[in-house]
Amino acid sequence: MAAKTLTIDGHLVSARPGETLLAAIREAGITVPTLCHLDGLSDVGACRLCLVEIEGQRRLQPACMTMVSEGMVVHTNTPRLQSYRRQIIELLFAERNHVCAVCVASGHCELQRLAGMVGMDHVRYEYLSPNCPVDISHPRFGIDHNRCVLCTRCVRACDEIEGVHTWDVAGRGVNAHVITDLNQPWGASTTCTSCGKCQLACPTGAIFPRGVTVGERPHASERIALIVEARKQRW
Amino acid sequence: MSRLRIATIWLGGCSGCHMSLLDLDEWLIELAARADLVYSPIADAKRFPPNVDLTLIEGAIANDEHLELAHTARRHSKIVVSFGDCAVTGNVTALRNPLGSAQNVLQQVYIEHGDPGGVIPHDPGIVPVLLDKVVPVHQVIPVDYYLPGCPPSAPRIRALLEALIEGREPAADIRFG
Amino acid sequence: MDLHELEAIAERELAQRPRLRILHCSATGCQASGALELKRRLESLLAEMGRQTEIDVGAVGCLGLCGRGPIVRIEPSGETFEHVKPDDAAEIIAALDGHACHVARCDQNHPFFTRQLLIVRRHCGLINPDRIEDYIAVGGYRSLYHVIHEMTPTEVIQAITRSGLRGRGGAGYPTGLKWATVAKSPGERKFVICNADEGDPGAFMDRSILESDPHLVLEGMAIAAYAVGAEQGFIYVRGEYPLAIERLQKAIAQARRHGLLGTQIFESGFNFRVDIRVGAGAFVCGEETALIASIEGRRGQPRPRPPYPAESGLWGMPTLINNVETFANVTAIIENGPEWYSRIGTEKSKGTKIFALTGKIRNTGLIEVPMGITLREIVEEMGGGTPDGTPVKAVQTGGPSGGCIPASLFDTPVDYESLAAVGSIMGSGGMVVMDEHTNMVDVARFYMEFCKDESCGKCIPCRVGTVQLFNMLTKLRNRQAHPSDLSRIEELCELMRETSLCGLGQSAPNPVLSTLHYFRHEYEELIGAEGDHGS
Repeated sequence: MAAKTLTIDGHLVSARPGETLLAAIREAGITVPTLCHLDGLSDVGACRLCLVEIEGQRRLQPACMTMVSEGMVVHTNTPRLQSYRRQIIELLFAERNHVCAVCVASGHCELQRLAGMVGMDHVRYEYLSPNCPVDISHPRFGIDHNRCVLCTRCVRACDEIEGVHTWDVAGRGVNAHVITDLNQPWGASTTCTSCGKCQLACPTGAIFPRGVTVGERPHASERIALIVEARKQRW
Repeated sequence: MSRLRIATIWLGGCSGCHMSLLDLDEWLIELAARADLVYSPIADAKRFPPNVDLTLIEGAIANDEHLELAHTARRHSKIVVSFGDCAVTGNVTALRNPLGSAQNVLQQVYIEHGDPGGVIPHDPGIVPVLLDKVVPVHQVIPVDYYLPGCPPSAPRIRALLEALIEGREPAADIRFG
Repeated sequence: MDLHELEAIAERELAQRPRLRILHCSATGCQASGALELKRRLESLLAEMGRQTEIDVGAVGCLGLCGRGPIVRIEPSGETFEHVKPDDAAEIIAALDGHACHVARCDQNHPFFTRQLLIVRRHCGLINPDRIEDYIAVGGYRSLYHVIHEMTPTEVIQAITRSGLRGRGGAGYPTGLKWATVAKSPGERKFVICNADEGDPGAFMDRSILESDPHLVLEGMAIAAYAVGAEQGFIYVRGEYPLAIERLQKAIAQARRHGLLGTQIFESGFNFRVDIRVGAGAFVCGEETALIASIEGRRGQPRPRPPYPAESGLWGMPTLINNVETFANVTAIIENGPEWYSRIGTEKSKGTKIFALTGKIRNTGLIEVPMGITLREIVEEMGGGTPDGTPVKAVQTGGPSGGCIPASLFDTPVDYESLAAVGSIMGSGGMVVMDEHTNMVDVARFYMEFCKDESCGKCIPCRVGTVQLFNMLTKLRNRQAHPSDLSRIEELCELMRETSLCGLGQSAPNPVLSTLHYFRHEYEELIGAEGDHGS
């Protein structure tokens, strides 16, 4: 099949057929914020940060789940999109208790970085301040639900890469939360292989190796893509 | 040019942002050449004065005294800056919010995790009364600029102050934590 | 099974039927108001009188006027009684014999009945939903036979397309186009799904159809399966509808036994099997991609479209999903022809629509009306206005995805485009009437509370936006809002509408936006002097 030519923010860009718009945007050197997307995992289109305007389409489309097509005209950073992205980050910060000052991921956190990227310097919404549990029943890892943004990258990494599906989501709306096995303490999980891929995939400090303190959890999400690539190439 | 009148106030926070301000070292001397510090925890002034050009507010709104001081500062200041994460987000000061109302928090701190036979201190007029919920400054008064950070580093504080003193729009500088 | 056997069943059924019949509604509404006890009393009374073979006491489906149940209809006179209590059993039998009867009669000449046009509900209240023989006796399964033996799948799709039928689930997508897309999409297997996850507050049309005439839906599904090339169907029913589930199960078993579902239907090469999947109480599973996920055994949450289910649906196969009422329209179109159907309704909205008329209204119940009827005719004439005569203020259509239409716009015709033009939607058919005592901020807050509880939690704008909106509306209600909160509410509504992943989140702001548009003063009245920044 022939390569596709499309216009992204006024630049003509060529893309492989079957490629996502997000891949084409990035190849063109344009930065679009993402949170639930992680290279190496399937996409779910949940965070809505990579929504773009496509001429001729009524609705905004998530770049991560939209396939390129010939002649597509895409706008990735209009004032409207900027405003929506800022609001989405505000909503996330207001949802749970994101206290960068006491977080293991501070300085290496995607949510923290996104706030700067979209220009979110204060949250206009009321903080919901839910009472979220911390599960440190696992000998090596812990999960602090206060910092979880429900991107489900851990769920997908566990299912798609490790092939275990220890993680999943329970509950609805703001009461949705990630769980291990059938909502047992992580340490009691009989399926968890303690591989740590969930911790690699986590964009914030929600899942962390035990024993680290403020700012000590490095960000290593790109290793997920590395594992996928290594398997594909049989390194 | 008349000298600027600058104030800083310390609400529900650890004073780390003020420490970071002191980290500006000799630049503070340059600042003193152009501005008067008319009210601050590090200056000897008992009452928030009128006609302030610029007020930096450190800390979240956690009790009735904070609420009153924030309103006073807003009334008497041309520009109000939320100074540091506690002022901007509630931050560590707001960690008590998930525990519920002020009474619940006091119960947990003084009785359940303290002395089961103890009492909750209650001295209105002497000890400020806790608000049920710790809120960021902009939820109680309009705020003009935000400088997040826990604390914001001295160079970031300087960049903001220089811009505001010179009447420029400060460059976006967002870094929580 | 062939056509002769079908006719034989119908003849036998009609021949066996006693001339004197007492038919009582056995749908959920009338069961709740005591229909089953009434049936027991009627039967024991007839047994005492030794007339149990002479007079048939039959359970039928919904007669429409649910607010006045239990409803009883006697044949051959056709008289209908309302609010029938078990103690009225003797009086009803007396009425059958032509004696005086003091039980209140339904006024069959009231516009509530005379303005209706029964297509989908044509058998409701006439047949026993538990008996396939009853359905066959009124002509059931003839359309399926006709389609299988005399039409090609393409001809069936053309007929549906020409009829102008549009999806009755709310969005109004042309049904024929959807069928054609599924038929043309490549896939080794195809599926037909009936969406019976009716969840809008105040809506119970689909429940009533399933409880009153389940075979009508099965036959419609079978015709659709023939047209698109599917051999497996699923009915996704919400678990809150136990009676509908029971009747569907019975209907499917009967149809299979008669060779009307299963393999080699009507001795042709056409196979179609239908299974029931029961929902577990999530409103969002009415969204087609969430519904598919739920049938697949996964967490019921939506995924971005495209691809649409017509291309890639259940297990990645082309899948036709239609609502109960859409399938229930199919046999009438086949029976009477697409031209007949397309003469009913307006230019772009054909046929009839069933509405569940509820709220501050005298005549509560289900009505099937031709598209294009005005809201005024429905609310004032058929509904009879409010029970205490308080002026009607607005009517809410489309549930949590719809909007409130003020009384000043009651001359709006009921069709997909007109309702959208006034800021609401056709929706699945909920119609909640509100009078002057209803506060519109409360209404908006009610629907937002519903959406906040029903959001699946997958995408951020819906998950957190619904809660923030609900909190802001609560603040407003408690007179704690700041004037700037109103613009913040509007800003958040826009965010949710434009960026939410599925229809639930995209349409969740509608009740707020429409009440803000038509009743802004009610919001402004609640903004107190004491705002947050009220220094």
